[in-house]
Amino acid sequence: MTQMTIRDDLRVVARHIHAGSRVLDLGCGDGELLNWLIRRRECTGSGVERQPDAVLAAIARGVPLIELDIDDELDMFAPDSYDVVVLSRTLEALFRPDLVLRQLRVIAPRIILTMPNFGLWRHRLRLLSGHMPRSRDLPYSWYETPNLHFTTLVDLEPLFAEVGLVVEKRIPLTASGRPRTFGQLAANLMASSAIYVLQRGAPTS
Amino acid sequence: MADLGDSVGLTTTHSVQLFDPTHPLVLASGERLDEVVVAYETYGRLNADRSNAVYICHALTGDAHSAGWRPGDRRPGWWETMIGPGKAIDTNRWFVVSSNLLGGCQGSTGPSSTNPATGEPWGLDFPLLDMADFVTVHRALVAHLGITQLHAVVGGSLGGMQALQWALTYPAELTNAVVIAASSRLTAQNIAFSAVGRQAIMRDENFLGGRFASEQTNPDVGLAIARMMAHITYTSEEGFQSKFGRNPQREESFPGFGVDFAVEGYLQHQGETFLARFDALSYLYLTRVMDYFDPFAAENALAAVIEEPVRFLVVSFDSDWRFSTEHSRRIVRHLATGQLPVTFRDIRSPWGHDSFLLKIDPYLDTVRAFLESRSDYRGTSWERT
Repeated sequence: MTQMTIRDDLRVVARHIHAGSRVLDLGCGDGELLNWLIRRRECTGSGVERQPDAVLAAIARGVPLIELDIDDELDMFAPDSYDVVVLSRTLEALFRPDLVLRQLRVIAPRIILTMPNFGLWRHRLRLLSGHMPRSRDLPYSWYETPNLHFTTLVDLEPLFAEVGLVVEKRIPLTASGRPRTFGQLAANLMASSAIYVLQRGAPTS
Repeated sequence: MADLGDSVGLTTTHSVQLFDPTHPLVLASGERLDEVVVAYETYGRLNADRSNAVYICHALTGDAHSAGWRPGDRRPGWWETMIGPGKAIDTNRWFVVSSNLLGGCQGSTGPSSTNPATGEPWGLDFPLLDMADFVTVHRALVAHLGITQLHAVVGGSLGGMQALQWALTYPAELTNAVVIAASSRLTAQNIAFSAVGRQAIMRDENFLGGRFASEQTNPDVGLAIARMMAHITYTSEEGFQSKFGRNPQREESFPGFGVDFAVEGYLQHQGETFLARFDALSYLYLTRVMDYFDPFAAENALAAVIEEPVRFLVVSFDSDWRFSTEHSRRIVRHLATGQLPVTFRDIRSPWGHDSFLLKIDPYLDTVRAFLESRSDYRGTSWERT
């Protein structure tokens, strides 16, 4: 078999997906994660992407790719049609993350999501010096960013409870996408981004 | 003749009798046809292990000549944008088979062919057809050519419906299905447009209950009107506007009830040229097949393809209102319930339904990327334990 490697943060995500799962990868980019899961972990699944070059790259890899608007067109997928939904650095770019999470909770019982952390100490210093935060995880100027919403980890977690998702695991990552050595310690201050493994629970509202 | 550089070059239309009285064609309705001839063309070369064949299914008024030039042609085949050396369906790579469908009028047996029992044209005695019958005849041609496994079946509009039908009913025979600007169930509006076209033909004074060929006449007016109206549904408001706007037909024009506007002249031309190449009875029979096509309504419609998964590419165009994007989404939704590997794109294009025939790079790049991608992953074939 050919050598296959994937990006560090995707590897962390992949570690939490059981072999043979049905995977829906929202914002799948060029299909790197799905391709790996399909060929190495006997998963099935679909990717969703809109960026034209990424769409073509994913198709060329042989990854099933559905082009749609995540905010408006998730009704394409039937309830429980997947075992797990992956949202890698996508939620912050959606119009209404809360509504999307509610829909995803119906489509699959598990959601694995990666979010950049606005609360990183470096961002706080930038704000104190009068500038909008920029980092490897938030590299854009305010006027060109695809991200519509910015949140810290402590502000993110109440949303999960509200839409009926239980945090099974939180993995704070360094700027290079590796799990932090001291894990949860001061995560909201020290993590550049975090991966959440979420399970379907009862919504509080 | 145009430059043959990126074309398959000169092509020949072959003819083969695939069914005869000893091996008649049994239709989905149970009726039999003792004689079925099929016109087809092939481009490229079948490789040694016979694994590189791509079958092209044409739309309502297409024919076997999908690419290249025949002697005397003023235009190349109808899918010249798609098929050829180095093109999306690359004839340096694929062996392309392209046939005229059953019920057609461009060399394959249809309602204006001679009924062997009477020696007269069939007319309305020709049996009603079903999408499954098209596929039965395509499969017979594939067998005749010595091919057991198709790399892909590709079609737009009615052609896409045939690809879908084929994939659902004989999935083991194809690895990939490309379903472009198609539908799995016509809407009331779709059927209404077909109905008006058929009425125009059948109410023409020369229709003569379908016996017009025996009487050496033709329902020209009805057929041309059917074509003109259908043609409007194949383009879009934006497409027509950018092409014609309100331009006059002639520089000096006086208001009247003639061809005052350029768009009227264009439609008239479309209607007239259609008469030379299309048969009114084929128009009736083929549109009716589309009206009744509803493959996902069948019980266990997905059972066969779940057993032998086919990779699907479904493509729609955002300005298509003949078969809008929602038609393609419906196909994707149904296939997704079977956990089948489906790729779907809605391509931006101002040209409406006919976009599937045009050079739109993101669309053609998508078809190429899909056909040339690794086909080993077939979704449910990696059966979950």
